[in-house]
Amino acid sequence: MMSEAIQRSPGAEQGRSETLEPEWLLLFGAWGVAAVGTAGSLFFSEVMGLPPCILCWYQRICLFPLVVILARALFPFDSGVVRYALPVAALGWLIAAYHNLVYLGVVPESLQPCSRGVSCSEELVEWLGFLSIPLLSLLGFTLITVLLIAVSRSSSR
Amino acid sequence: MKRTLFAAAGLVLVLAFVLASMMFRERRAAELGTLAEEQDSVFVRPHSPTLGDEDARVVLVEFTDPACETCAAFSPLVKQLMERHPGKIRFVLRYAPFHHGADEVARILEAAREQDRFWETLDLLYRSQGSWTRHHQVVLDEVWRVLAYGGLDLERLREDLADPRLGEIVAQDLADAATLGVRKTPGFFVDGRPLEPFGAEPLIELVEAAVRAHYPE
Repeated sequence: MMSEAIQRSPGAEQGRSETLEPEWLLLFGAWGVAAVGTAGSLFFSEVMGLPPCILCWYQRICLFPLVVILARALFPFDSGVVRYALPVAALGWLIAAYHNLVYLGVVPESLQPCSRGVSCSEELVEWLGFLSIPLLSLLGFTLITVLLIAVSRSSSR
Repeated sequence: MKRTLFAAAGLVLVLAFVLASMMFRERRAAELGTLAEEQDSVFVRPHSPTLGDEDARVVLVEFTDPACETCAAFSPLVKQLMERHPGKIRFVLRYAPFHHGADEVARILEAAREQDRFWETLDLLYRSQGSWTRHHQVVLDEVWRVLAYGGLDLERLREDLADPRLGEIVAQDLADAATLGVRKTPGFFVDGRPLEPFGAEPLIELVEAAVRAHYPE
């Protein structure tokens, strides 16, 4: 699969490290989103001292490994990573979506799985009046999922 | 090119994280420093027992658990620091009774305060701690045995203990400890700056630096 990618790219003869194929850039973007999300998440918990709620933890479980897995798939480029990374990102997206519903109060209080410890609906950060931590997470997982699908489309073309 | 791009992105991210952390900590420390100077804040409540000059510019706050061994071990060090800089340090004591049964000891201390024997009683309890704690649990009968040596009117102490206000004071302190992220005792703050890393030497350094900053030669 890697050799196919190299053959398709016009600058492949000049050495594969010199060309930035679109699918590589897309995967690099997905890694970037995961890395920024991980750094941001650690900033909230370790620097600002905000304790992560249980739903946050499940999203972290989906997010943190992506930084390592997607980085491995960049060198050498391996579009097959989408098969492994996409389910993880999709799962993270589902939990993030559910978390937003809890946060916004759409899911009733009694149904939310985090009555003990830190509340999942507690408002800790609200930037620009609407950017909450659950929303940032949902945005991140959406971007990663879309980019991964684009990688898969681009390399199977 | 790919590797350079990847390395550059990683480096930028790590640098941004470190820079943002430093900026956040500085800003937070400045905010907490202002709060520590106020008479009613998460650091100092009007009910909080204090030692030292009211006008002292260095505010040393300790969240303590009377049953905590490390708190007892730090007590002489706090006294030494106060003696070394007379009139320059105000010491504020807050309760964080995390040990099982220690909240009752905190209430006893508050009741001893009614008889103006707070610091003496705290000292006595710290020094005799081994005799009234077993496996990190408070043995109340033993506490009362020790209190008999404290020059207290025990009859009156028992009466004063019935006052629900004492429990409210302890509850307020515990709430403030949670707000400030105190999960272990002793929790020290110098001018609102938490003691990090924990230790006797770092505490001395933190206090000395604060004294130098507030009282330049």
